[in-house]
Amino acid sequence: MAISIEDVEHVARLARLKLTEEEKETYRRQLSDVLEHARKISEVDTSDVPPTSHTLPLRNVFREDSLRPSLSVKEATGSAAWAVEGAFKVPRII
Amino acid sequence: MEYETIIGLEIHAELSTESKMFCGCSASFGGGPNTKTCPVCLGHPGSLPVTNMKAIEYTMMLALALNCEITPRSVFHRKNYFYPDMPKNFQISQYDIPLSTDGHLDADMNDYVRKVGITRVHIEEDTGKSIHIGESGRIHGAEYSLEDFNRAGIPLAEIVTEPDIRSAEEARAFMQLLRATLEYLGISDCKMEEGSLRCDANISVAVDGKLGTKVEIKNMNSFRSLFRALSYEEERQRFALEQGGGLIQETRHWDDAEGKTHPLRSKEEAFDYRYFPEPDLVPIEPDPEWVDRLRENLPELPQARFHRFMEQFGLARDIASMLTGEKALADYFERAVETGQGPEELAKWIAGDLSAMLREAVVPIQHCPVAPRGLGELVALVNQKVISGKMAKEVLREAFETGKGPQRIVDEKGLSQIADAHELEVVVDEVIAENPGAADDMRTGKEQALKFMMGQVMKKTRGKANPEVASRLLKQKLIGRE
Amino acid sequence: MKIIEKDALSIAGLIKGREISALEVTRVFLERIDKVEKKVKAYINVAAELALSRAKEVDMELADGVEAGVFGGVPIAVKDVLTTRGFPTTCGSKMLEGFVPVYDATVVERIGRAGTVMLGKANMDEFAMGSSTENSYFGPTMNPWDLERVPGGSSGGSAAAVAAGEAPWALGSDTGGSIRQPAALCGIVGLKPTYGLVSRYGLVAFASSLDQVGPMTRTVRDCAALLGVIAGYDPMDSTSIPGELPDYVGALTGEVKGLKAGVVRELSSEGIDTGVRERFGETVSLLEKLGVACEEVSLPSFAHGLSAYYIIAPAEASSNLARFDGVRYGYRAPGESEDVWEMYDRTRAEGFGGEVKRRIMLGTYALSAGYYDAYYAQAQKIRTLIVRDFGRAWDEYDVLVSPTSPSTAFKLGEKVDDPLTMYLSDICTIPVNLAGIPALSLPCGLSDGLPVGFQVMGPPLEEPKVLNVAYALEQAIGFDARPEL
Ligand SMILES: [Mg+2]
Ligand SMILES: [Zn+2]
Repeated sequence: MAISIEDVEHVARLARLKLTEEEKETYRRQLSDVLEHARKISEVDTSDVPPTSHTLPLRNVFREDSLRPSLSVKEATGSAAWAVEGAFKVPRII
Repeated sequence: MEYETIIGLEIHAELSTESKMFCGCSASFGGGPNTKTCPVCLGHPGSLPVTNMKAIEYTMMLALALNCEITPRSVFHRKNYFYPDMPKNFQISQYDIPLSTDGHLDADMNDYVRKVGITRVHIEEDTGKSIHIGESGRIHGAEYSLEDFNRAGIPLAEIVTEPDIRSAEEARAFMQLLRATLEYLGISDCKMEEGSLRCDANISVAVDGKLGTKVEIKNMNSFRSLFRALSYEEERQRFALEQGGGLIQETRHWDDAEGKTHPLRSKEEAFDYRYFPEPDLVPIEPDPEWVDRLRENLPELPQARFHRFMEQFGLARDIASMLTGEKALADYFERAVETGQGPEELAKWIAGDLSAMLREAVVPIQHCPVAPRGLGELVALVNQKVISGKMAKEVLREAFETGKGPQRIVDEKGLSQIADAHELEVVVDEVIAENPGAADDMRTGKEQALKFMMGQVMKKTRGKANPEVASRLLKQKLIGRE
Repeated sequence: MKIIEKDALSIAGLIKGREISALEVTRVFLERIDKVEKKVKAYINVAAELALSRAKEVDMELADGVEAGVFGGVPIAVKDVLTTRGFPTTCGSKMLEGFVPVYDATVVERIGRAGTVMLGKANMDEFAMGSSTENSYFGPTMNPWDLERVPGGSSGGSAAAVAAGEAPWALGSDTGGSIRQPAALCGIVGLKPTYGLVSRYGLVAFASSLDQVGPMTRTVRDCAALLGVIAGYDPMDSTSIPGELPDYVGALTGEVKGLKAGVVRELSSEGIDTGVRERFGETVSLLEKLGVACEEVSLPSFAHGLSAYYIIAPAEASSNLARFDGVRYGYRAPGESEDVWEMYDRTRAEGFGGEVKRRIMLGTYALSAGYYDAYYAQAQKIRTLIVRDFGRAWDEYDVLVSPTSPSTAFKLGEKVDDPLTMYLSDICTIPVNLAGIPALSLPCGLSDGLPVGFQVMGPPLEEPKVLNVAYALEQAIGFDARPEL
């Protein structure tokens, strides 16, 4: 299944990836190849087959509503050189 | 042409659990930035969520209170979108199989009842908070933003209504009832100003039964702004329709200061949330016994209490509605009733003078300086004719300001009425002697004269004469009957 | 036999018997790393200082008569996809270059409690996406059997480290074959446990419903022993299976007579290289000699395993990797960004490598409006069919067998520009992950001087059976070839 450059751009926007024109073309081609291969699965009749998202028979896994120690602010922000007074600084949103 | 406003609400209520939805950090409000965070709620690589059972329980309680069906097997989904206040850039939420569906909540509108369908009640996690730094402190025109993830991961119950609401008044009444319901259940702080209760609305105007264009309104941070925003939007849409103009399906932002809604345009928004089942969590299949136990243990809810107050205490609709609109107020009333005084009188005092004083002093009823017992004492003093109704108002204010009991205030200030006939007789005789003209008028049956004579008695006793006793004495002496 | 050629259990015995100190053992391995690492490049970060001080601690504990854990002083390599508190964890990505986690993965904590000494963090394909370890931002790892060839992937660093004597054993992770395929290509033993048996807390997620941590070792016995250390319920992982663990080492009786094995037709005929097919056939014959009844079985849904996997895994990955955005940790694109959206776009474009971006795009596409049903939902239904096919097979067979990889180690650069061909190297291992069952790869001989892997699959939680069949085979095969370095 061939996908278009517009599809690639739309997906890149959803995934927040800046692509060069060259990359767009490469991904267009490669994704088309993989999707072409994957399209075979649409030939399988699954009309009465439920989807599986978990192979585990587990259900109702809960924890008690109790506190556990939080990180220190230093630990919480230590991996962000751009943190300011305990908060993560980001460029303007709008 | 006939216009009909169609409103549906989407409400998010933060649940007042100790810990967050999926980690052990505190779910309390406030604190320095990122002081209540851990690898899980910061979305650190490798961290995994584990569901807080209390959050599920609270959401089920709410669902049951809203007459919903609990889904036998519900699952979490990931809602994928990028935003700097989202640690993982997806929100763990529920999608096509929510925790509960198909309920209703009936808002009393005094002369009619608006039954509002509840589409679903589901559970999800809250986001962090962005603080916008720049001239205005608002998102537009900010130079940069600071991200604080203390709020990230606090459990949220999301309530979605059917588009059954027909006016801004109904929307407000519904929200107030929902707020009261959350409060009665004791599962949320319900502070719209602090953001623990948030409401978005979908509003459209149908013309001659034909559905209109749906507009989503955001950023309504109080009952007042909900009402104002929806009134404004209703007007805006009707006006546009009357002018023959079109409306576009969009999201609009309520600006409280300006009193207007504005289109929320933002280039970042691409509406494709790519929901899929959350692979890090397993399905929720509530044990029917658990659900039954929760149902049985639900507290009395606002509507039930409202009806009971009317039936049991003979309260008028508006007073019953007002008292039951806030759990603490209704509790106060019921404790006051325990003193044995008349419920109607107590209710009037609470809904009238006491509420006014609380509002004025910005004190919640929980911290009212006049205890329910004190209010009972006040009503007893009036009933026993120790003080007049007018004096009681002053005694209540004094009690409110000083925290002293009404009886003590009456004693200390010597305010008790002169109800003793012998004591009053002396005064009445004096007044008759000093006002022969008026006394004659009374004897000849002039109604006006009694009021004058009473006024004189009150003046001599500085208002402390029991009006009934004084009036009886005057009548006995001047017209020979009571 | 030199220390670096010994299996982990033997080393543990020597330390316990005071024949050698933990410190000496650690030094020997660090020297070996010094010597061969230039050629193999199995590690992203070697934890020399940390290892030496940990080894000294173990020796002190032993001197005090304290039991320093079951494997006190035994060195180990840890795939760099597991978080290590205070020590860099990169996932082979520029995105996490220099990132120091604030917590230990549960399995890291468990191997620590068992007294093992972490030698360093092993190389891997970026975020575990790849089958050759060429997708590491820090450069590829070389196969110790032939330095011009890949070690497989994504746990190529772990496999190469064990094969090259740079560690007696290692931890890897397996989403579509990432433990078994490199184990096969490097001539070692690798086990992907039942989904939920080993905690994923601290395993940086690739595809959450498929990921599983597992042991990579020189012998089946070591494999059973290391599984015993890392397996077991963890309240920090909601998909962790509760309950008591069996004695994995104790299960290795070597007695397999009377068992039935199914040879999976879809995984052992078409597209399998001749050399691999030959070694595989010989091994099946050996199995029969051991008294295991072997017959061919067809599991038709497996034909679609690869396609389903390359929808489901990238879909989950696209969501799991959204958190790498330059806000809280990791790489942030330098210089001014117009707004946060540009910062995201640049950070992610610069921080992720080509394969990761490709899979994020693929997964995003498969989940996006209009394509979800055709791709993601359909793939999940195929997954159901695969689970059912396995289920039917367990009614008949104790274990299923197949080659682990359709080929032996291929040349560096050979497949790197052709994603689809590269994806085909996972064809034999993928159904196992989709069904969440346990599977082990063990070396069954050489083809043109390169190791061939034999895969044993079992029903959920039947690790003891899988390990025991592998153990019996291991004894019968007597594979003792070693790479020359
Ligand atoms: Mg929501
Ligand atoms: Zn937390």
